[in-house]
Amino acid sequence: MEGGLLQRLDAAARNLVPLSLALIAVIVGAMPMYMPGYGAIAPNLALIAVVYWAIYRPDLFPAVIAFAVGLVQDAVMGTPLGMNALVLLCAHAVIVSQRRFFQGKSFAVVWWAFSMVAIGAAIFGWALVAAIFAALPSPAPALFGTLLTVALHPFFTWIFARTHHAVLGEPPNVSR
Amino acid sequence: MRYRAGSVVRLAAPLKVLVQRFAFLLLVASAFALMMLGKGDALIVERFRAGVVDLVAPAMEVLSRPAATVAAVVDETEELIALRTENARLREEIGDLREWQNAARRIGAENASLRDLLSFVPSEPARFISARVIGDTGGAFVRSMILNAGRRHGVEKGQAVVTGDGFAGRIFEAGFHSARVLLVTDINSRIPVLVESSRARAILAGDNSDRPRLAFLAANAEVAVGDRIVTSGHGGMFPMGLPVGTVAQVRDGVVRVAPLVDLDRLEFVRVVDYGRVLPPDAAGPDAAAGAAPRR
Repeated sequence: MEGGLLQRLDAAARNLVPLSLALIAVIVGAMPMYMPGYGAIAPNLALIAVVYWAIYRPDLFPAVIAFAVGLVQDAVMGTPLGMNALVLLCAHAVIVSQRRFFQGKSFAVVWWAFSMVAIGAAIFGWALVAAIFAALPSPAPALFGTLLTVALHPFFTWIFARTHHAVLGEPPNVSR
Repeated sequence: MRYRAGSVVRLAAPLKVLVQRFAFLLLVASAFALMMLGKGDALIVERFRAGVVDLVAPAMEVLSRPAATVAAVVDETEELIALRTENARLREEIGDLREWQNAARRIGAENASLRDLLSFVPSEPARFISARVIGDTGGAFVRSMILNAGRRHGVEKGQAVVTGDGFAGRIFEAGFHSARVLLVTDINSRIPVLVESSRARAILAGDNSDRPRLAFLAANAEVAVGDRIVTSGHGGMFPMGLPVGTVAQVRDGVVRVAPLVDLDRLEFVRVVDYGRVLPPDAAGPDAAAGAAPRR
């Protein structure tokens, strides 16, 4: 804990970047696109952020942060409060428990793992919503939303990796 | 890792894992607790949501503008391509509308004289609050939107949200300078409506699909494809007669309604405040202070 106040402030600000990027992902995910049918299949960008930071910097992105991002997502999206918080928390736990598996793996493996997590998250979220509303929402939007999320994963992971590299000064892990 | 140097840390490592497990379980439990709390429509949950949306609304407002600009450019290009056919269609429509205008004038005059005859007390005119859609939210599970007007501008929970085409939804949560609209297509949306021609009463129940269905429609009610559906005013939430949609499908006793409003391309909406008397605790001090209409 050496270094002047400014240095420590700088380090603190840099360490807040994962959380900030996840929150930005939540807001960008709620942007109106004025496209027919887009609203229903909007991608879950927060999930991409949570999975990225859970793999590469879980020390800066503990479970409680994933939970908090989920709460903000619930509040912004209008989903039952606690639903996305639980989904993101579980996704985070799964990734962190398998973290060693991701060490030194190529991006294709990470993408495959992400798609598995995204499918699991969609099914879990759908089941939670069905239980809370005591009704069966159509599963099609969740399915197409998941496909879009998986398709956009490389692009957003690239953005996170570039920011990660620029701000936290580590080589991007996903360029292989 | 750098932790390996100290023996104290080595002893503490299993403890750390234990604490982490406990924290995880605690978070899972709080997520479930929140969901239960939210199911009971707890005021604190609603306040929290409205507060968070208020906080992120400025960012959403900025972000939604480029998207709106791109959408406008695309729309304009499409319009340019379709200009000729559009022109012909509009000429035809003007002819139709002239007839309607004449009819409306005649009926208006007749109505006025009949009101005079009855010494009819007109209901208070509605006040409109215009707002921009800054968030198209919900993803796969809910159909809602975020507006850039809130209690500061007179928006209150329960008010109707309309466009020039008709009824879009109702205010579900009102923050200080933002509000959430629950669209008619949302799985939790229930709007008391009438079939305009037969005056049959029903509830328009959303199910997250593009076409909400008519529930609680009397079995002998006459409904045909193309019938207009309007709000009934029952329950006192909305004024009577706001157009909502047209019947799109009648199959196996299930009536599906296509909303008149293009919910995918909403950019500006109007929140209708028709002077419903609110209980004192629902209307905060800021609601009374900032009641100036927004244009």
